[in-house]
Amino acid sequence: MLEFMYKNQRYFHHEHFQKPHHSHNSARGSMGANSKDTREIKIVRKVLDVNDTIAHQNRELFREKGVYVINVMSSPGSGKTAILVETLSHIAEKIRCAVIVGDICTSNDADRLAGFGAPIVQVNTDAFGGDCHLAAHVIKTAVNSFNLDDIDLLIVENIGNLVCPAEFDVGENLRIVVLSVTEGEDKPLKYPLMFRVCDAALLNKIDLLPYLDYDKEAAVQNILKVNPQMPVFGISAKTQEGFDAWIEWLKQKIHG
Amino acid sequence: MHEMGIAMQIIEIAVASIPSDLKNAQVKKVNIKVGKLSAVVPESLHFCFQIAIQDTPLGDAELNIEEIPLKIRCMDCNDEWIAHEPVFLCRKCNGKSVEMLSGRELDITSIELVDKDG
Repeated sequence: MLEFMYKNQRYFHHEHFQKPHHSHNSARGSMGANSKDTREIKIVRKVLDVNDTIAHQNRELFREKGVYVINVMSSPGSGKTAILVETLSHIAEKIRCAVIVGDICTSNDADRLAGFGAPIVQVNTDAFGGDCHLAAHVIKTAVNSFNLDDIDLLIVENIGNLVCPAEFDVGENLRIVVLSVTEGEDKPLKYPLMFRVCDAALLNKIDLLPYLDYDKEAAVQNILKVNPQMPVFGISAKTQEGFDAWIEWLKQKIHG
Repeated sequence: MHEMGIAMQIIEIAVASIPSDLKNAQVKKVNIKVGKLSAVVPESLHFCFQIAIQDTPLGDAELNIEEIPLKIRCMDCNDEWIAHEPVFLCRKCNGKSVEMLSGRELDITSIELVDKDG
C-alpha cells in the first residue's frame, strides 16, 4: 500500500492540465484518511479501441474483397459532393464504384450522386444521436447493402466537419481532405489533426479566386506545415479545372 | 463536438474495469491522457462526463485529464522537440520526414476506487 501511495503522489506531481493544486490537496487528504481503502486499477486502453477494432475488421474485409476505400472529409459546404459527382463522372465507367454518404439529415447528397450506376447508401446519423462523424460500425452496417464482390472502389463521403471524423478510422485505404478557397487560409493550422491524418488535400472552388482576397499560396504552405509531404490539388468542381491531375493520382493509388 | 460519445466510451471502459470483487467500491477518479493533437476539447469532455456519469456505477467520480504535449522527432537529423504549434517541419534541418512521439493519445490509464466495505 505504501508503494501505491508513492505512485499516487508521483502521479500528482505530474504537470496538471486543470486545477493542479485542488487535485493535489484532495489527493493528499483522501490518502491520509482512506489510504488503506483506496486502490488504483491500471487500465491503459485506448478510449476508441472499440472503433479501432471494427475499423480493422472492415479493413480486412475490404482487402479480402479487393475493395479500395477512400474517406473524404471536409467542413460543411466545401464541395465534397460536387467533387464526388465530377470524380464519378471521370472514373465510374471503368472503375466499379459505390458510395456511402453521411449526413446528419436529408438524402439530398445521395440524390445528387445518383446517375452513374454506382450504388449509394445514405447514412443519416440522427438515428445515431446526430453524430458528427461516421464511425467504423456505421460503415460496417452500411456495406451490408452492397455486394462487395462487384465493387472496386468504395467512396465514403463523411459528415461535414473538420474535427471529429479525423479521430475515427473506418477501415479506409486513403483519406482525402477538401478545403475550399472560401474558407480561411489558416484552416490547416486550426484543424491540424485532419490535415495530419489525410493523404491528400483538394483545394476546391479555385474558379472563385479572381473574386476573393484569398492567398492560395499561404493556404498551401499552411497545409504543408502540418503535413509537409502531402499532395495538394487545386481544383474546381464547377469548371473541372485541375481534375486531370487529381483523377490521375487517384487512379494510381487505386491500381498501385 | 463528439465529446459526449467519448465520455460514454470512457465510462463504459471504466465500469467494465471495476474488479468483480470490488463491485461495491466507489470510483473516485478516472484518469485519462489526452494528446495535444487529439480532436478533443478537455473542457467539453469534463462537461459531458459529468452529465453522462449520472445513474452509472461511477457515481460522482472525477475525470482527471492529463494533457500530453505534441512531441516530434526528425527522421533525418534525430532532433526531438515539443511543438507548441502544429508545424511538422524540423526546426533544425527543415526536414519533412518527422514522426510524432506523443500528442495523439486518447487513453484511459486507470481508475481509483475506495472500497466502501473495507
